[in-house]
Amino acid sequence: MKYTLFLYSNEAQVAAAPPAALQQVKSAFEAYTQSLKDAGVFVTTDWLRPSTTATTLSLRDGVRRIQDGPYADSKEQLGGFYVIDVPNLDDALRWAERCPAAQRGLIEVRPSAMG
Amino acid sequence: MPGGAAWIDRGAAFGDGLMAGDWPQRARGTAERAARESYGRLLSLLALRGGDLAAAEDALADAFAAALAVWPEQGLPDNPAAWLLTVARNRQRDGSRSAASRLRAELDNEVAEALIDDAIDPDAIPDSRLALLFVCAHPAIDAGARAPLMMQTVLGLQARDIARAFLLPEATMAQRLVRAKRKIREARIAFALPTRSEMPERLDCVLEAIFGVYAIGWDMAGEVACGHASAQPSGDVVEDLADEARYLADLLANLLPDEPEVLGLAASLALSDARRATRVGPDGGYVALDAQDTARWDAIKIAWGEQLLMRAHALGRLGRFQLEAAIQSVHVARARSGVTDWAALALLYEGLVRFSPSAGALTARAIALGHAQQPTVGLMALQQIDPTVQDAFQPAWAARAHLLTLAGRDADALVALDRAIGLTTGPRTRDELQRRRQALQVRLRGANPHD
Repeated sequence: MKYTLFLYSNEAQVAAAPPAALQQVKSAFEAYTQSLKDAGVFVTTDWLRPSTTATTLSLRDGVRRIQDGPYADSKEQLGGFYVIDVPNLDDALRWAERCPAAQRGLIEVRPSAMG
Repeated sequence: MPGGAAWIDRGAAFGDGLMAGDWPQRARGTAERAARESYGRLLSLLALRGGDLAAAEDALADAFAAALAVWPEQGLPDNPAAWLLTVARNRQRDGSRSAASRLRAELDNEVAEALIDDAIDPDAIPDSRLALLFVCAHPAIDAGARAPLMMQTVLGLQARDIARAFLLPEATMAQRLVRAKRKIREARIAFALPTRSEMPERLDCVLEAIFGVYAIGWDMAGEVACGHASAQPSGDVVEDLADEARYLADLLANLLPDEPEVLGLAASLALSDARRATRVGPDGGYVALDAQDTARWDAIKIAWGEQLLMRAHALGRLGRFQLEAAIQSVHVARARSGVTDWAALALLYEGLVRFSPSAGALTARAIALGHAQQPTVGLMALQQIDPTVQDAFQPAWAARAHLLTLAGRDADALVALDRAIGLTTGPRTRDELQRRRQALQVRLRGANPHD
């Protein structure tokens, strides 16, 4: 079963972090990605630019609406995701727990509707 | 009650609440209990297979329906549980076809298969029920659904009865249960025992839920049995809840004999339960702990609880439920010594609030301190309850009234008592508080004859 781990973090905090700290976070994520691959559960991942770069679109009655910014305004913003393939939620949660994003931000774990 | 055959033996030995001569009622109770036990065992085995609790429930319901149709005609199978399991597994395998259309056509086949499958002994696989308990208490499930889910799946209670116990509309409870089962299926929560590192958190959820079920049964049995409240849940269901909780706690203690907190929970419930019959007076009124007839406390439950508590302590890892049990142990020790050791209680509550600083524990600690030291010490200790909670927390006002009465401040006690009465929902508790209020008023008038 595929699960997506949505990684939420406080962008303002991330932006304020010194470059050395950011470099540390980056290598922590690289190590994490590698361990997912080594375990054979990695599907895909992406690290997103800040939500200020987001553009939100909808189509209603054929009218396209485009809006600056993310869909939801919250204290934490979606900053990236992992898709992993594991047997059950408990395994997915065990992997989420090891993700560096768990330490400062929040991780939402969602099962795939496609199996 | 401990699980399985042990429960039946002990039930007979206790005659707990049932008249010794009232055999049919007891036999029915035993049969219901046995059915409930096999329900949880069978459901967990079925759910373990497909990871789908709702589908497993449907399959088992079909199997019970088939049993009702077949057993009266063909007699009871040698191993009813194995029979039910086989039929339910066939249903599960063939879930797309409706029960009704299949029932007649394939029943004979299934009965034959059931006989072959007699070698399957559900009793030999108790761990699946444990896994089911852990699934129900999974932190990924809505906290408000966990205890109800255990009651429905492991104990086989109806959603209607669970709703009554939780004072919720049936539709709300049914929806909550359906949602929880959908989450289990769609998020694919593992039907497995938690790993060692996950065990403490998960076990905590299980123990909390069982303790919660017991507390509901305990509170409500006190309010309902006296026939006061028509709007309250019916007595049967509610009085049963304390038994159900004890059953689960004892089951867990059998399955996890090396977990001190599990033993502590079972001990705590056994020791509380030993006093259950004396909580209600002959007039149906509430009897406070200090006024209970210690001669009527149940010596067998006390011995069982003490034994569990000793086993827990021997494991050398103290925890909240062991402290709860130790507190109950101090209370029941009054049956031997004739006095309550308030200093010991104050110390134990001190420990308890470190593990679990709930408003209830803080209130009980304040009362113990008020008795062990001075009422004023208890009154000060009450201030440690979160002020936002304190104001609307009935037990804190009742405790304040009690401590103020001990301190001889009757006028202040009256004010606190009025607050407590205003916050009381149970009619039996309210009657008791009203009685105290009248006693206070009589005393106050005596002190001020011109008032």
